Amino acid sequence: MIDHRSWHWSLAILVFVVVCIAGIATGAIRVPVADVLRALLGSGDTSSIAIVRDLRLPRVVLAALIGAGLAMSGAALQGTLRNGLAEPYLLGVSGGAAVGAVVAFAFGISNSGWIALAAFAGAAVAVLLALLVARAAGRGGRGDPRTLLMAGVVIGAFANAVIMVSLANAPPNTIRGALWWMMGSAGDASWQTIGVLALSIVGGGAALIYLARDIDVLALGEEPAAALGVDVDRSARTIYLLSALLAAATVAAAGLVGFVGLIVPHIVRYAGLRRHRPLLFGSALIGATLVVAADLAARTLRPPAELPLGAVTAILGVPFFLAQLRKAA
Amino acid sequence: MTGPMIHFEDVVVRYPGQKTPALDGASFDVPRGAITAVAGPNGSGKSTLVRALLRRQPLERGRIAIDGNDLSHLTQRELAQRIAVAPQREEAAFPMKVGEYVELGRFPRLGLWESPSAEDEQAVKRAMLRAGVNEFIDRRTDELSGGEWQRVRIARALAQQGNALVLDEPTTFLDMSHEMSLFELLDSLANDGLAVLIVSHQLNLLARFASTIVLLDKGRVAAVGTPTDVMSGPLLESIYAWPLVVTRDPAAGAPALIPLRRRTVS
Repeated sequence: MIDHRSWHWSLAILVFVVVCIAGIATGAIRVPVADVLRALLGSGDTSSIAIVRDLRLPRVVLAALIGAGLAMSGAALQGTLRNGLAEPYLLGVSGGAAVGAVVAFAFGISNSGWIALAAFAGAAVAVLLALLVARAAGRGGRGDPRTLLMAGVVIGAFANAVIMVSLANAPPNTIRGALWWMMGSAGDASWQTIGVLALSIVGGGAALIYLARDIDVLALGEEPAAALGVDVDRSARTIYLLSALLAAATVAAAGLVGFVGLIVPHIVRYAGLRRHRPLLFGSALIGATLVVAADLAARTLRPPAELPLGAVTAILGVPFFLAQLRKAA
Repeated sequence: MTGPMIHFEDVVVRYPGQKTPALDGASFDVPRGAITAVAGPNGSGKSTLVRALLRRQPLERGRIAIDGNDLSHLTQRELAQRIAVAPQREEAAFPMKVGEYVELGRFPRLGLWESPSAEDEQAVKRAMLRAGVNEFIDRRTDELSGGEWQRVRIARALAQQGNALVLDEPTTFLDMSHEMSLFELLDSLANDGLAVLIVSHQLNLLARFASTIVLLDKGRVAAVGTPTDVMSGPLLESIYAWPLVVTRDPAAGAPALIPLRRRTVS
């Protein structure tokens, strides 16, 4: 149903499963794969079970959800905005979330749940502002994608200014906390965070997949989309909000993880998926794989220190993206 | 027995913040089985007409009816099932196979979860054959020449299986033979019973192929009628504000416009 090239899908799923098992098995204490499987099924020794179930599994699940959410958000935005450079943080999500988190840090809040909530609220406010600015600037309320892109950039620049002002005279601990938060990490994985995130990613992702045909047509332009029967303004607005929800949920749970939402849709398109329903499915799978792998690298490349996840995704992503560009040219 | 496929009645459209309306009381009909052409200088309201038809611009006054149904009572999807529009502006961001592109014409006839049925595939195949693009099916949309691209766009519109086909400036950037063959295609589609509405600058071609020309000037219908009625020298000269003569083309006898150099009349 999804695509004729079913072996592509089988391979992608296999790679995802292998990367997840590697992610659970690898760390400061190595757990043999057989023990991983046993612990997942509820048998084996108690220390393996504790490591697998309480430490590694939540982290892998969190990373997978973040990757899936960002990649789907990016794929939907690139199609709807008709721009291959569009990415999930574009509509002011990253700036707004960072402002929310930094303000929380500045008030001395260190509970990760509250910081996540502050980040989500900041992202939501920024996206709504961007949409309102675009609406006010667009002629007669007809949202031109370029106006929306500009609005997102402006809101982002403003958010940066707010962050710099808040951090300029902040105590070192606040700065360090805020900086680490902005670099992104799956280290705070609790089943509670995962539950909230999973709900947003599955719900938002399913809604985008439902609207995927609209995105196919919106990618042709506003007038062709209207000519083919899409209620352009309503449909595009819904897609923007859903994409922003996905991005904001991931940012609240793990800070900024760059590049995933930008490159993964290109990789999947390059594999031959052009319709947005399979493109969204494929992006979720590849995005999840990429972030689980990146988190594994972040934990293990320079032990015992951890590298920032956002930096690793970018380091992994840049050469991949360059290779894609070369092939596409 | 049946009324016109598309009926414009006293249509007024004004862009926000503009003093003068872009369309100012335009009325005319687009019947089935014929080519109706809309012509006029730049800024005369031609593209606004298409945007109003697509409901991308609200009407300040008047009404548009599709096959007797008021446009405002149709959903966007119902509109797309009745008339197929190939707008002037189209910026497909991501290339795809021509076959996939034409299949998008089935969008208004598919449920959100429905996969294309055998009937949809048949409709796509027929549309591609009709537009003469069936051999391009596996080519990429960004590898087509200008003429091929216009035909592929028409194939997509035909796949919609509406009763009207609306084309905004379909021959821009086309050379003479591609332009002629495109008009021949539109002519044969009209002969099949489609209502064809074409917005174009090519008055001489419209004179050869259209049964009715609607001449717009500053948002108003300056003239409407057969090419012979509408293409009068003095009228065109005043609308285009350029010296010209109208003669007969030696092959078909249709009116033909020849713009003059300024100095030849002064």
